Amino acid sequence: MFDGKKIREDFPIFNSNKDLIYFDNAATTQKPKQVLDALQEFYSQCNANVHRGIYKIAVEATDEYEEAREKVSQFINSKIEELIWTRGATEAINQILYAWALWNLKKDDEIVTTIMEHHSNLVPWQLLQKNGVKIRYVNLNGDGTLNMKELENSVSKKTKFVTVTQMSNVLGTINPVEEIVKIAHDNGALCLIDAAQSVPHMEVDVKKINCDFLVFSAHKMLGPTGVGGLYAKQEILEKLDPALRGSEQIKSVSLFETEWTDLPWKFEPGTPNFADIVAFGYAVDYLKKLGMKNVREHERDLTKYALEKLQQISKLKIFGPLNGTRGGVISFQLADIHAHDMASFLDDNNIAVRSGHHCAMPLMKYLGISGTTRASFYIYNMKEEIDKFIETLEKAKQVFKV
Amino acid sequence: MTSMYAEEILDHYRNPRNFGELKDAQIKYKESNPLCGDEYEFYLKVNNGLVSDAKFFGDGCAISKASASMLSEHVKNKTLDDLKKMKLDDVLKLLGIEVSAARTKCALVALLAIQKGIQKFEGGKNDGSQR
Repeated sequence: MFDGKKIREDFPIFNSNKDLIYFDNAATTQKPKQVLDALQEFYSQCNANVHRGIYKIAVEATDEYEEAREKVSQFINSKIEELIWTRGATEAINQILYAWALWNLKKDDEIVTTIMEHHSNLVPWQLLQKNGVKIRYVNLNGDGTLNMKELENSVSKKTKFVTVTQMSNVLGTINPVEEIVKIAHDNGALCLIDAAQSVPHMEVDVKKINCDFLVFSAHKMLGPTGVGGLYAKQEILEKLDPALRGSEQIKSVSLFETEWTDLPWKFEPGTPNFADIVAFGYAVDYLKKLGMKNVREHERDLTKYALEKLQQISKLKIFGPLNGTRGGVISFQLADIHAHDMASFLDDNNIAVRSGHHCAMPLMKYLGISGTTRASFYIYNMKEEIDKFIETLEKAKQVFKV
Repeated sequence: MTSMYAEEILDHYRNPRNFGELKDAQIKYKESNPLCGDEYEFYLKVNNGLVSDAKFFGDGCAISKASASMLSEHVKNKTLDDLKKMKLDDVLKLLGIEVSAARTKCALVALLAIQKGIQKFEGGKNDGSQR
């Protein structure tokens, strides 16, 4: 089975920071030496611009680069043609906005999304309002799950687009995305899944979900920063013009016209972030080796353990589902201790957590709070760390006199 | 490093001094810190160039509230010029702790409310005299 202690040995950060308890994995994860080595090796052994040079190391670089695409597309079960590299999930969402939504959504069309979205799946769509597109937000049930009844009622023939996170970065709620996609399609709408918090932690299969678009970020799943994936169905991509334009994406260019090259490169102008993308391939190798079922199981185990212990602390309020389908993200408030004071106090004890609005200000407003403290787990976390975390929370209660 | 959560800080946080509104204050300014969601309004009464009374109202983290509370005591009988010259270090001296880099904005929000309030007050006066 899964040995968090053994896994830690692959992560140099825990060697440099012996006592670090890293519980901010929803923000970004640490990197194993396999990924760091891949980066070093690429730059030392075959660094050359991809898809251009005809010399040996350029061919090698291109092979490595496209091999990463193969690995990652397999990981989410997409075709190679359907995986476009971006700088991250946010850029991927913006590409959908600029390549598809702005051209296709008109006055009085509606889009449906949820109150639990991260700003990156909320702010971009507000731009559509200038064209008279209406945004409808679906609220939550009392336990922090999505109100599916309300979602069903919100999606109508007017709806052209439904965009939903697969897992909330605040509440840990995992949404029934297959069901949501079906509701969207039954009404003739396309559907985007923000999978930034799910692809790193569980098996995600784009064909099974049957979504039209799905986005994720490499740095939240052991990979380097500055890399993300945009999945879109081939038949959609074929009809679209790229959001970003320039070199590397063309078949031929004349003074007034351009013929795009094939998928997926059509959507990737300019020199890509190839070294980091190659290293991302190794991050996915690492996760595949562990097995995503095991990753999910490990986190489920930790989360259950933490939730049980947290519920024993008096005056501690948890935001999000207490059981059922949820991921390893726990938001809480301890009495009236301000989230940032809580995070500073935990930091004094070498526990790294997140505090504040978590880039979900509408959700904070909906919950009637200014922020939460958030602990989020990953493969290298251990129950011993949760024990220390719980002890520290008890200590905070004494110091802050609650 | 002295803990950020020293006894005195927590005392000012739990029992803020000069907390509330000052109805007839000439200087009144609200400042917020989006990082923590801290938001404070500062009220200063000025008499013969000196701050004769000060109060504040609002909410936020312990660091921001303690610094607002301590500043509300410190500003009394100071000239506006004295207050305009104050810097982060002066606030930290009042707090008597070191504040981690990520939290300096919390320590500064009250001072910013005071200084921006003074700026607005003096700006307003200048506009008046030019007219």
